[in-house]
Amino acid sequence: MVDLGNIALWIALLIGVWGTAAAFVGGLRGRPELAASAERSVYVVWGLLALASTALLYALLTHDFSVEYVAAYTSRNLPLWYTWSAFYAGQKGSLLFWAIVVASFGAVAMLANRGKYRELMPYVAGVVLIVVTFFVATMVFSENPFRRLGFTPADGNGLNPQLQNPGMTIHPPMLYLGYTSITIPFAFAIAALISGRLDTGWIHAIRKWTILSWLFLSCGIILGMWWAYVELGWGGYWAWDPVENASLLPWLTMSAFLHSVMIQEKRGMLKKWNLGLIIGSFLLSIFGTFITRSGVIASVHSFAQSSIGYFFLIFLVFAAVAGFSLLAWRWPRLQAESELESMVSREAAFLFNNLVLVTIAFSVLWGTLFPILSEWLKGTKVTVGPPFFNQVNVPLGLLLLLLTGVGPLIAWRKASPQNLRRQFQWPVTAMLVVIAALAALRLSDAWAIVACGLAAFVTGTVVQEFIRGTGARMRLHGEKPALAFVRLVGRNRRRYGGYVVHLGIVMMFVGFTGEAFRTDREATLRPGQAVEVRSPYGHTYRLEHQGVSQYEQLNRFVSAASVDVYRDGRYLGVMKSEKRQHVNSLGQPTFEPSTEVAIRSDLREDLYLVYAGSVQGTEEAVYRITITPLVWWVWYGGMVLVLGGLVTMWPGGGGPTAASRRRAEPAGYVAQVRA
Amino acid sequence: MKAGTKFVVGGSLVLLTVGYLMASGIRETGVYYLTPSELQHKLATGESMYDVGMKLGARVVRGSIQRDVSSQTITFRITDGTASYPVVYRGLAPDTFTDEADVVVEGRLQRDGTFHATTLLAKCGSRYEAAPSDSGTGAY
Repeated sequence: MVDLGNIALWIALLIGVWGTAAAFVGGLRGRPELAASAERSVYVVWGLLALASTALLYALLTHDFSVEYVAAYTSRNLPLWYTWSAFYAGQKGSLLFWAIVVASFGAVAMLANRGKYRELMPYVAGVVLIVVTFFVATMVFSENPFRRLGFTPADGNGLNPQLQNPGMTIHPPMLYLGYTSITIPFAFAIAALISGRLDTGWIHAIRKWTILSWLFLSCGIILGMWWAYVELGWGGYWAWDPVENASLLPWLTMSAFLHSVMIQEKRGMLKKWNLGLIIGSFLLSIFGTFITRSGVIASVHSFAQSSIGYFFLIFLVFAAVAGFSLLAWRWPRLQAESELESMVSREAAFLFNNLVLVTIAFSVLWGTLFPILSEWLKGTKVTVGPPFFNQVNVPLGLLLLLLTGVGPLIAWRKASPQNLRRQFQWPVTAMLVVIAALAALRLSDAWAIVACGLAAFVTGTVVQEFIRGTGARMRLHGEKPALAFVRLVGRNRRRYGGYVVHLGIVMMFVGFTGEAFRTDREATLRPGQAVEVRSPYGHTYRLEHQGVSQYEQLNRFVSAASVDVYRDGRYLGVMKSEKRQHVNSLGQPTFEPSTEVAIRSDLREDLYLVYAGSVQGTEEAVYRITITPLVWWVWYGGMVLVLGGLVTMWPGGGGPTAASRRRAEPAGYVAQVRA
Repeated sequence: MKAGTKFVVGGSLVLLTVGYLMASGIRETGVYYLTPSELQHKLATGESMYDVGMKLGARVVRGSIQRDVSSQTITFRITDGTASYPVVYRGLAPDTFTDEADVVVEGRLQRDGTFHATTLLAKCGSRYEAAPSDSGTGAY
């Protein structure tokens, strides 16, 4: 089975090279039989990679420790679910995972567009095959997941305990899915540039794909934050670590694209910009992989350093040069069909939204790369940390929040004073009330007050839109409120799904403000001893150390420290934080000990308890206690955001989108098929 | 003035502000990232490196870790093979902080030659992969 997987990779490499050549020759020379062969190659490569993936999973699940990868990441006592996740936990397996996912997306894109966009599809196939072939080549020539050890160890290493967490089993694949799915919009953008079909056809073809990528990236990022919070034990969820930043970058540029594309659809503006955003997003997704795997930038996340970084760097440069050269070549044909008429218009709001998103992306990229840049320029590595990112991004984030409220409600072209008054008087009132209330409560952080005020503003605009839309349906169609609401959303999924996404963003911003009021405290306690901590809300938490118990569980030894928790004298319950020492099936310790955090969460604040260790063999324990307000809002905001994204994505449902897509399907494409 | 021009002006204002924030952010919060031998070299060339915020990336010298739990102070030595510095850190160390772990300490070098760290980051060769020599191959 392992050999079969290896052979499948080699054949996939050959077919990939053939298909790429066939795609571009077929497309450029206008030879449909070659183009058709290229499209078939995508399916074949997908099949071969599916076979290779099955082979790797089989090796993992049957504990074939003669395979280096299996021995390195699993062990006999690893729970089944985590054995599955070992498929993408290590470098080599994750490359295979990446390749099979790109190939799957490619195959779906081929299947969904067979008989459509005939001039684009050969190049789409070609670009998808280049990307897949690159990953297959990296595996075959450097990082083969099927490499044998030459002997069979009795047991494997096991999986890093920090990855043995339910969130961690879905966070990496979500991010990979996000990164990889950008390949499809990128392929369509390149196809549009090469073929010269620069009308809105390619944009309609990728609409669902861009939302899908964005949604996967969002899920991946939020799950990563959650994992960092519950697993890493430092009390926060975002550290501006290079790898976190790398995942944020394509998310920012994709968010910008999802907005600016509406201006191109409606007004024929920003054509170059939109192509640039898609190319940029793809490059950033490759860059993210490069950062994670090369070790060029010191990060707590990095995979073991290896030469694989060079593969990615070369590919990144190649893709950048190819993409932007094509864009420059087609530049004269990408003129805007109309121009900006007023600064008080939806176009202007969206332009600023794009400017802010891309500026955030740029500053994050700059801060992330600063160690390298400063070493080139000045010969000394200089790093910047969270203070830098916060200083730059807090004001930008708040500007973005303001635009989130303004953009969807302001009129196209030029907003009249009546339009402004009608749309914004209630939201602005809500904002002022919240700001006044928080100022009256003497909230110490001015940024937090502004953030909450803007959050009220955006919430006001969204609620107003839902109320007015529902009201209009009730009057026009005589529907009951609930039905009117459901139909309103159902018939305009993109618009109202977008509003729900905005609500999610607002909730997350409210959650972020809680970080400004975080309290940290360390305490060393004997059994029976207690510590009191005042929360930012003015509650007094009393934590009484109960003792440390030790026991064996599954694949680990556990030391569990418990405290009784009281809030303002009222008993809340027991919190238990653990130190875990994972062992292999022979009982030998593997990896360093890891910590399990205890968290008590409610709408207002999180009590976060870490057992940091005991004083030499006694039951005297060292704890770190963190109280952070509003963390709950980040997670539930994230869920609302994903829900909104799903509403937007949901297939079918008519509405203006499908109608305009039919209209926009130019006759040229259909004629091509018949010919 | 045309709306397009206005947007360029407004956009430039945003960009200039951000540029300023970035420049001042780097000036105020940027810290050197050095290896012990780079630090030694800078000291030897007479550069004033005492009481300057910096990060040192190095490896923990085996057997040098001393923990005083009552005061929550950890002292240890770090080295990159050529130069070596004693480090004092007060606070909780991460799980991955062990002998020969790769660490990044942030803090200031004192006149007496000890490095007072305010943060301590440790990584085992990599978070996603087993440490190559120490804990890993034992199972093979």
